[in-house]
Amino acid sequence: MHALIEQWPRFFSGPNILFLATALAHTVLLSLASCSLGLLFGFLIASTRLTRSWTLLPLRLLLTGLTESLRRIPPLVVLFLVFFGFSLIAVDIEPFWIALFALTLIATAFIAEIVRSGFRSIPREQWDAAATMNFSLVQTLAHVVVPQAWKIIVPTVSLFFVMFIKDTALASQIGVLELTFVGKSFIDRGFSPLLSFGTVLALYFILSFPLARTGQWLEARLASS
Amino acid sequence: MNYALHYGQVTPYLPYLLGGALVSLWISALAFAGGLVIGLLGAFGRIYGGPILSRLIYAYYIFFTNTPQLVQIFFLFYGLADFGLLMTPFEAVWLGLTLNAGAYLIEIQKAGFLSTRASELEAAETLGMSRPQQLRFVIIPHIARVLFPPLSNQFIIVIMGSSMGAIFGLEELTGRAVNINGQTFRALEVFSLAGVIYLGVTLLATVGLALVGRLLLRVPMRIA
Amino acid sequence: MHHLDVRGLTADYAGKPVLKGVSFTVTRGAIVSLIGPSGSGKSTILRTLTGLLRPSGGEIWLDERQLDYRKTADVAYARQRIAIVFQQYNLFQNMTALRNVTVTPEKVRKRDKREVEAEAVALLQKVGLGDKLKAYPDELSGGQQQRVAIARALALKPEILLLDEVTSALDPELVHEVLDTVRLLAAEGMTMITVSHEMGFVRELASNVMFLEAGRVIESGPPQQIFEAAREARTRQFIGKTLYR
Repeated sequence: MHALIEQWPRFFSGPNILFLATALAHTVLLSLASCSLGLLFGFLIASTRLTRSWTLLPLRLLLTGLTESLRRIPPLVVLFLVFFGFSLIAVDIEPFWIALFALTLIATAFIAEIVRSGFRSIPREQWDAAATMNFSLVQTLAHVVVPQAWKIIVPTVSLFFVMFIKDTALASQIGVLELTFVGKSFIDRGFSPLLSFGTVLALYFILSFPLARTGQWLEARLASS
Repeated sequence: MNYALHYGQVTPYLPYLLGGALVSLWISALAFAGGLVIGLLGAFGRIYGGPILSRLIYAYYIFFTNTPQLVQIFFLFYGLADFGLLMTPFEAVWLGLTLNAGAYLIEIQKAGFLSTRASELEAAETLGMSRPQQLRFVIIPHIARVLFPPLSNQFIIVIMGSSMGAIFGLEELTGRAVNINGQTFRALEVFSLAGVIYLGVTLLATVGLALVGRLLLRVPMRIA
Repeated sequence: MHHLDVRGLTADYAGKPVLKGVSFTVTRGAIVSLIGPSGSGKSTILRTLTGLLRPSGGEIWLDERQLDYRKTADVAYARQRIAIVFQQYNLFQNMTALRNVTVTPEKVRKRDKREVEAEAVALLQKVGLGDKLKAYPDELSGGQQQRVAIARALALKPEILLLDEVTSALDPELVHEVLDTVRLLAAEGMTMITVSHEMGFVRELASNVMFLEAGRVIESGPPQQIFEAAREARTRQFIGKTLYR
């Protein structure tokens, strides 16, 4: 305990604060980017899975297999797979981009499922009415389904985003300079674990909690309308 | 790219890997059990404990659900050592998993307990049931049915979380995969194999739990 | 020349046969009413004609042209000419009444926006909802929603209009406003196939009544025959049970 008080000024030195800030930025970037891409690809995958043609069946099966698998394999394993996969193909890629790729894969899988649930929440009759008037899949999604489903999808995705920030901590294990990595590095430099990880925990909390609250507010707000 | 997949170099380790899966399941079960206890106590504390206790428990929940599990375990592993409490990797990971799961299970169980319906209790009362009888025939069956799906789901989440044990040297499935990689350098093969085993374990667990839910508790659960 | 000619139509739902060989013809301007107990396959016929259910066998001829409902192009062709109004109205919840009526002609058929809107306004006025153009479905009563649904179907300029139990989901006092609208369409000579429990209405408007039971046509004929002098015993039984209506 006394170590904590004694180390405080040394811990919160200029360079260290910069270090923490950079790490925080990386955490935020990693979360935002992978979730945004996840939203885009997840939506595309969920939409593709709605098609009915025989020609697209192999693609639908592949996408279903991938999304179901990526949701059931621990993120750490996915990170390792992507990391070692990349190390064979390319010589010099920053761990950040490797982590981004892996995290995007995971986010895509989960968001695809969220979007798919959103689509399925639209009553069959709405789809039928559009079908009987010769709406194409794209037209049905654009004019009928998405305008109704977004009220469920958006809050769920934002709550997923909050949860996903925690998964980015695993990127530390492949060498990305994000919050968890930096916390560990402080320990390696001799700082008290309470101080190091305590600060890191606090930073994650400050990042996550307001967003969680906003997501819940969104959920309540949109559910009633 | 001149890399060919040599699963042959990794398949001899399959029993070792599967043993790791058992360790994953074991630590997950222990952590889930611990979490259930925390959840039970916490839920009661939230419902019956008065405003201060309720807020404290809620703070615990908020803390553990808004920070990464990995950092929580790091904090315990290194932090408690600082206070003189040295833990083995297994203990530290178990504690971290338990405290984390416990937080979620508090809210899950609280919702479950609060879901008892006044109408059902009224009916039971007018039928002449005593309180213990109401508990046995109405309240507990209902709560069990309401809680089973989210609890099953949380258990799967704990299994997925147990893979972090590898980072602390724990020899569960991921940890053993890391070891094998260290020996054979066949990273893609061993981690994909570990991935498949995780798939198998979670699918088996999901289906198994769904069957238990459907048959024993008559909870309408989707099988996969 | 028949407008619609159905021969030996069979269809399955959830593995079980629902239509077991239904044949009928519809001439231009005719109003064919399907009656019968629940599960007899009446709505299934309509849903098959509009491509929501794939038939397992039989032939469907629209204006001397045979359509293969297993082909997407043929189903699209049929949907250009046949419009359906559902029991539950199935209005698009995210659109106003006006938008519900304009969206298909404008976005799917790519017609001119102003033309489509003018027509839609006229149609909604025709069904008595000229003052509800900007209302959303959840702001309208059941009867009003159903009339919007009819306007929406009419905006497609169909040759044949299918009415699937369009008053069954309505409170009794709202039924007449929808029936009045259908009367209007009948007077204008629209070819219609209706499924209805409103026997008085069927008797009044139908040119041909078909009694179905368990996926088969038991009897078919003008209303006077079906309601007063049915040839088949089962028809008489059914009519007898529903006579109080």
